[in-house]
Amino acid sequence: MSEEKIEYQKPLPDFRPETKPFWDGTKQHKLLLPKCKETGKVFFYPRAISPFPESVNRDFEWVESTGKGKVWTYSVHYMGPTRAYKGEVYVVALIELHDGVKMMSNIVECDPESVTIGMEVEVVFEDATEEVTFAKFKPVK
Amino acid sequence: MASLRDVYIIGVGQHPCGKFPTKAAHVLGREVTWAAIKDAGIHPRDIEIAFCGHVYQGMGVGQRTLKDIGIVGQPVINVEGACGSGTLSFWEAWRSIAYGQNNLALAWGVENLSKIMSGGPLPLEEDDIEVALGMSMPGLYAMRARRYMDEYGVSAETLAKVVVKSRKHAAMNPIAQFRKETTVEQVMADPMIADPLTRSMCCPIGDSAAATVLVGGDMLNKIKRDKDRLPIKVLGIAAQSGGYSSATGLTCDPSENVTRTSGMAYEHAGLGPKDIDIAEIHDAFAIAELIVAEALGFAKKGEGATLIEEEKSNYDGDIAINPSGGLLSRGHPVGATGILQTVEIVNQLRGEATGYQVPNPKIGLIETMGGAQPAMDGITCVVSILGK
Repeated sequence: MSEEKIEYQKPLPDFRPETKPFWDGTKQHKLLLPKCKETGKVFFYPRAISPFPESVNRDFEWVESTGKGKVWTYSVHYMGPTRAYKGEVYVVALIELHDGVKMMSNIVECDPESVTIGMEVEVVFEDATEEVTFAKFKPVK
Repeated sequence: MASLRDVYIIGVGQHPCGKFPTKAAHVLGREVTWAAIKDAGIHPRDIEIAFCGHVYQGMGVGQRTLKDIGIVGQPVINVEGACGSGTLSFWEAWRSIAYGQNNLALAWGVENLSKIMSGGPLPLEEDDIEVALGMSMPGLYAMRARRYMDEYGVSAETLAKVVVKSRKHAAMNPIAQFRKETTVEQVMADPMIADPLTRSMCCPIGDSAAATVLVGGDMLNKIKRDKDRLPIKVLGIAAQSGGYSSATGLTCDPSENVTRTSGMAYEHAGLGPKDIDIAEIHDAFAIAELIVAEALGFAKKGEGATLIEEEKSNYDGDIAINPSGGLLSRGHPVGATGILQTVEIVNQLRGEATGYQVPNPKIGLIETMGGAQPAMDGITCVVSILGK
């Protein structure tokens, strides 16, 4: 499958100990969120220590998200961060998941200029390479 | 912090902002450090320690710069804190004197961006998850702008007015990169970079350098210096790395960091937002001027736009914000920016900003924000408060 890697020109994330379970999840087309076992709360972005002030817990479980949420904010990008984006118009957004966390991603499968704050969206998975699958979002029809 | 020594700025130097592809960082740095040394009237060899802020300029820039002047055999430290590198080097110089380790220090910032790129957004770490999703620096601020406009009913035209004010100020500043005035219509008609930010709502790529000489207050009359030059006192200063923007989500909002850091600087100075006459703040993108003015306490949350709409932040208004033209128009040569802001405030407090002098300012504030970062509320924020 090395052909796919060559075709995919955009930046790819690395896997860190804190983020590996997230990417293992997306590869199986599951949106997983870390949950602090001490406070019972989910959080995002993944990190080594529980972010909740009352906890220094490092014991997490990964729970599957509903994959549904709303656009909290967004921007239609006409100039991407690298050459590979040249000529592309796409949407970067912060999605407020119904699970109670926000996540940055793209809104796809729609006209970029139709995106609005508060729009209901759901997760959709895009296999970029053999190793990396992105969790993106599309409008709920 | 009562036991800290007083610290004064006794000399400044700055280079015009623009594209100077043939001037390497150590060349730009030599011009401004030498200018600051001459302005202070000190003997260059009396400098005990030096800090050089830059981001993309490679190995040993600080040491190579001073070698050309003839300052060698000294502790010279290169400081990196993204767009806050310059002010972080200033903070280090202040610290070395305030805590009694040194008497006389040099702090400068420098960047030559046009040697490494022709335009477009600053390069980010490509293995970052958000960069892999196509996020860029303008995009991050654009998302902040979109949310702000939605929450507070502000239009893109207000953002355009920030640029109009910025260009108007810069037109009078001899070192500014953009010295031509513009209109709301022209700003709105510019190519869209990341909706709602058009090209002129984003700061330009450019090159420059600026330098400051700092001394301990008890040494003001003991060292050789030009006694006719007005020393400017560091009343308060704080530097902070970003925190997580919140436990459960990202807000791409650097203002939490600005609030936290400026709170520390105000406390150090024993002053509050109402005491500030003039401010140079980090308007890398037009929206930043509104949210940072609010975070610094110059306006209530959601009311930053009124400063612009009612022209209260013009150079002759209630609080003069970015009389230099700011990052949008004076320019944003990354590592140089924080010191350019500092030199601007020193010039204004000394009453030497010919042609665009703010009427009799007594206290000025500098805010620099290094690298808005999605999971964090910025990489580095530095806030300093100066007075005469």
